[in-house]
Amino acid sequence: MSQEVNAKLPVDQALTEGRVPGRAEEGIPELHEVGCPPELQQQIETLMSRYPDRKSASIPALWAVQRLYGWCTPEGIRQAAAVMKVTPAYLESVASFYDLLHTDPVGAHKVAVCTNISCWMRGGDELLDAFRAAAAGKDAEIFVTGFECLGACDLAPMASIDERYFGPLEAADAGAAIGQIESGAEVLPEKALAKRPLPGGPDA
Amino acid sequence: MLLKHAEDPALRTIAGYKGYGGYATLEKAYREMEAGEVLKELEDSGLRGRGGAGFSMGKKASFLPRGEVDKYLCCNADESEPGAFKDRELMQRNPHQLIEGIAIASLAADIGHAFIFIRGEYDLQADILDEAVAEAYEAGYLGKDILGSHRDLELVVHRGAGAYICGEETALLDALEGKRGNPRLKPPFPAVQGLYGGPTLINNVETLSNVPHIVAHGAEWFKGFGTEQSPGTKVVSISGGVRRPGNYEIELGIPTRELIYGLAGGPREGREIKAFYPGGSSSPVLTAEEGLDLPYSFEAMAEAGSMLGSGSIIVADDRVSIPHMALRTARFYHHESCGKCTPCREGTNWTVKMLERVVRGEATPMDLDIISSVQENIIGHCLCVLGDSMAMPVSAMVRKFRPEFEAVIEAGQAVAV
Repeated sequence: MSQEVNAKLPVDQALTEGRVPGRAEEGIPELHEVGCPPELQQQIETLMSRYPDRKSASIPALWAVQRLYGWCTPEGIRQAAAVMKVTPAYLESVASFYDLLHTDPVGAHKVAVCTNISCWMRGGDELLDAFRAAAAGKDAEIFVTGFECLGACDLAPMASIDERYFGPLEAADAGAAIGQIESGAEVLPEKALAKRPLPGGPDA
Repeated sequence: MLLKHAEDPALRTIAGYKGYGGYATLEKAYREMEAGEVLKELEDSGLRGRGGAGFSMGKKASFLPRGEVDKYLCCNADESEPGAFKDRELMQRNPHQLIEGIAIASLAADIGHAFIFIRGEYDLQADILDEAVAEAYEAGYLGKDILGSHRDLELVVHRGAGAYICGEETALLDALEGKRGNPRLKPPFPAVQGLYGGPTLINNVETLSNVPHIVAHGAEWFKGFGTEQSPGTKVVSISGGVRRPGNYEIELGIPTRELIYGLAGGPREGREIKAFYPGGSSSPVLTAEEGLDLPYSFEAMAEAGSMLGSGSIIVADDRVSIPHMALRTARFYHHESCGKCTPCREGTNWTVKMLERVVRGEATPMDLDIISSVQENIIGHCLCVLGDSMAMPVSAMVRKFRPEFEAVIEAGQAVAV
């Protein structure tokens, strides 16, 4: 975010470039103004119907926006807001609270490497470095980030790749995984949590 | 009990689950039992909440008012405490056990609308639950007029989006209502005024997974496992410096040594155990000497000045730098603090800064006392226990491993990890 101050704006708005609302007070946008794709509209309406209060669909609706656009784009948020009959500011306030919802552009493929206590003890930091190195220069497609405990300390060190868990991983797995993501191949089939036969961790 | 047959992938499907006798208890409860009878069984069993606080599940359910009012059940599947991964396993391996538990608990407390709030990171498990819920609807175990009982139950799987604070029950309610997940002031407790202002029963995945077993076999049978004050089994997540990290289902009260050395295989080659968190990263660490020979139960851990919490043991071996471990712990809570209460927002921030000074070799011995005093000023001073969850383990580490902190400070050099 640029820190250059726009002298024409009040100070609190001048420092939030790109986030300044189009109108002084943006209300609830009209559906016909936002060009919401019919599938997205239908998805969000179905989501709203599952709850006693439509606002409960905020997080699921933002997930739908992120799945469609790769991140919670301002346009996507306005589209969801129009369908839900809430203000875009409201949905943005929700999106900005949660780590998995991105309000800035990120690559469509997402790699989250756990760096919390148990993974750190088993090389989580080094794994994150390996993923960052393997994905260097590919930010537009692949978003690599360190993450707090993902709830898979039995797989330590581990990573979540496009919302699926893999572990225990070695630094060499990072390069293989990035290559597989890029070529569209199955990612680290040997290391997928989904394929672990038994509860509990790996054998000694 | 809870992880029985978990190695069979078919358990995930309704046919597989029924093959092992699943849903027979739900059928019995909905066809033959009164709500009060089911509730009494749960109260008598002494089942304590498996999410961390250890409060009696039946008692909590009995706090919900009777009569014609919209009541809700929320299954807390936001498992985000560092070191905890038992609910993930239970949902992934045996989703129908949880659904059956939710349906029976809803009958006991006369609830018509239930939600499973699952953390957004558990996408695989949420997909599995979605499929299982659809199967249960189709089989008539959820929905309108379940098994001709004139009782309805709607169940929705709701995915969160990455925030530890949403595991706190009132923050979970805010998130489920579509807001930022900030904790609420208590009282009113959720049992009186919770989701959408209605009375709400909030229980952890493992707690609810116990329900079918208790109602099937009776409270007395359940009390035959574990200790008097901690009846039943517990799925314990063990991780960190052990040979076989994983989930192990045990009877509460077995020696901690047996868990760490017997089941998890003890420390790796050539290493020794130095300390461990007995109940997730928010529990005060115990040194190997003080902790290994204690029975693993709610009461023994409380007596030792720590807690069983969610039942997650993180083992630190002799190669782990305790000041670094304290910093990792503090950073997590700093990142996850929602910022609503000042002692937590500022206290977690300054604790991280001071611990960073320690490991960079820039601290003075006075800093340790300041760190301790900051922790004291967080505990008990916020709406929820997130701040306490950092303050308790960090102050325990500074107190119990003070010589290690002092050595680091005296060396005046950055410590390698």
